[in-house]
Amino acid sequence: MKLFEFLGYYNYWVFAVLLMIGFYAVIAKANLIKKLIGLSLFQSAVFLMYISMDKVEGGTAPIIKPDAVDQLYSNPLPQVLILTAIVVGVSTLALGLAIVVRIKERYGTIEENEILDAD
Amino acid sequence: MDFAQHLPVLQVIIPLLAAPLIVLLQPRGFAWAATTATAFFSFAVSIAIAARILAGDILHYEMGGWFAPIGIELRVDAFSAIVLLIISGAAAISLVAARTSINQQIEHHRQPLFYAAWLLAIAGLVGMVVTADAFNIFVFMEISSLAGYILIAGGPDRRALPAVFKYLIIGTIGATFYLIGVGMIYMMTGTLNLDDMAQRVVGIEDQRPILVAAAFVFIGLALKAALFPLHVWLPNAYTHAPHMVTVFLAACGTKVAVYVLLRFQFTIFQSFAEHLLQFALFLMPLALLGITVASLVAMFEGHLKRMLAFSSVAQIGYILLGASLMSDSGFTASTLHMFNHALAKGALFLAVAKFATQYADLRIDSLEGAARSMPLTSFAFVIAGLSLIGVPGTAGFISKWQLIMAIMETGNMGFIMVGIVVISSLIAVAYIWRVVETLYAIPTDNIPASATNVNVKSEKMDLLLVALMFTVAMNIYFGLVPALPFTLAELSSQILLQVKF
Repeated sequence: MKLFEFLGYYNYWVFAVLLMIGFYAVIAKANLIKKLIGLSLFQSAVFLMYISMDKVEGGTAPIIKPDAVDQLYSNPLPQVLILTAIVVGVSTLALGLAIVVRIKERYGTIEENEILDAD
Repeated sequence: MDFAQHLPVLQVIIPLLAAPLIVLLQPRGFAWAATTATAFFSFAVSIAIAARILAGDILHYEMGGWFAPIGIELRVDAFSAIVLLIISGAAAISLVAARTSINQQIEHHRQPLFYAAWLLAIAGLVGMVVTADAFNIFVFMEISSLAGYILIAGGPDRRALPAVFKYLIIGTIGATFYLIGVGMIYMMTGTLNLDDMAQRVVGIEDQRPILVAAAFVFIGLALKAALFPLHVWLPNAYTHAPHMVTVFLAACGTKVAVYVLLRFQFTIFQSFAEHLLQFALFLMPLALLGITVASLVAMFEGHLKRMLAFSSVAQIGYILLGASLMSDSGFTASTLHMFNHALAKGALFLAVAKFATQYADLRIDSLEGAARSMPLTSFAFVIAGLSLIGVPGTAGFISKWQLIMAIMETGNMGFIMVGIVVISSLIAVAYIWRVVETLYAIPTDNIPASATNVNVKSEKMDLLLVALMFTVAMNIYFGLVPALPFTLAELSSQILLQVKF
């Protein structure tokens, strides 16, 4: 693969790397908050993928002016989709944190191994 | 405009709108009554839809008057209709039975919120089934999952919290994988409408993003569907959830993910040159392993709810084994088994919930002699257990028989698979019998401390018992007269297996 091609996809490389960092944190960390941070990163990476794909070279914001003809603009649909996905991500994170608070109340710890030992 | 055209959207919008209203109903019992009424209305809508489907219709609905593929289309065919019946039926029956058990397990001031979450879960699940838009499926999937996490974590058992945290992590990863897959398909096809996607994917189906997308969608949905070996979240979540929530989720939760999985595999990815290799031959060993391993684990499990949860993992294996045969009869068996397993497992968990009203400890050993104090519940457990095993005369038999017939069509290889199905059914006999033996055992001197009045018939006739009896009767009814689910299952296999271009 030519270097140019490799760099040309750099948004997608960042997506893949972020995704894997997040995934690693979810799997490897025992602290529940750190797991949630990883999960949040994992989801954000996907947002980046959607946003990258809607970019049209030379395109502007998708606002149609009445007098402009042949105006080139980016695809608005993935942005709208990701707005929804961000809301989903935020609610998941909020619920996850709420569960962690409850776990702390009932177990007195948020370390996964200590919770497993407690039962 | 014909009223029937609005049925698909009513199915989603009624529980969705009722949920915030329920939160406002503070006096005791009101929230429960309103939720149950909503669930029954939803069930009535599903029945009306099923009637239209049986009459040969396919229902379309354009959200907001925007036509597909630009707008979001709701689309209900036979496959959606049977899953809708499962969801709304399970919701109606479990809610009508829920009062006593929920009063025991959830504090009164939190009940309206709890019921609202329940309605949101229903709205999410039916939404996934009626919509024909890939991104819409994601949104509804997350609505139902988030509501489901709340329901599972709502009970008094503190072990539910780590269990639900694990489920939240795995469920979110599954949904995100699905989202990545949909994004990649959108990149290549420029559409989110399922039918449109199926048409546009033809010709580019060997491109790498499409193949990668197929893998992401498959793994994401398999996580949600608890396909072995991705089932690790399920046993603990089901075991420590409030009992009535387990009834509802065990009857329909994972099946909706299976529905979306099959919908994607058969409408969009079917044109792949190596679809048979990539899907069927990948899925079949996992399904067979799931059936065997989960059944074996269930046999050695000491906790009643966890045993039934592992049995659920095995049953998902049966459902996907039928689908992996890629034949008309295999698919019919698969759809039929979704319906019949929902009946059998729903009844079993209802019986568990009834036991739980009198026995604090649900380990199998501590239920010794329970048949004396709770004869009707124990009898219902036996019948539902027979249906789970697949004894002739019960609903479970119809789908297992259909599955075995479908396997036999595949030729010599089939004998091994039939062997596995028969052996795992025998294992099911073993683990159900172990419970039945304990229930009907004559109690020895060391009466468990958790049991009250062991030798006195103390079973109260309440809605829970009535719902249990009704579900058990349905197990027998659909075992003797399987026409309704059978016709819907056959119609859905016709719809999914026709190659769409």
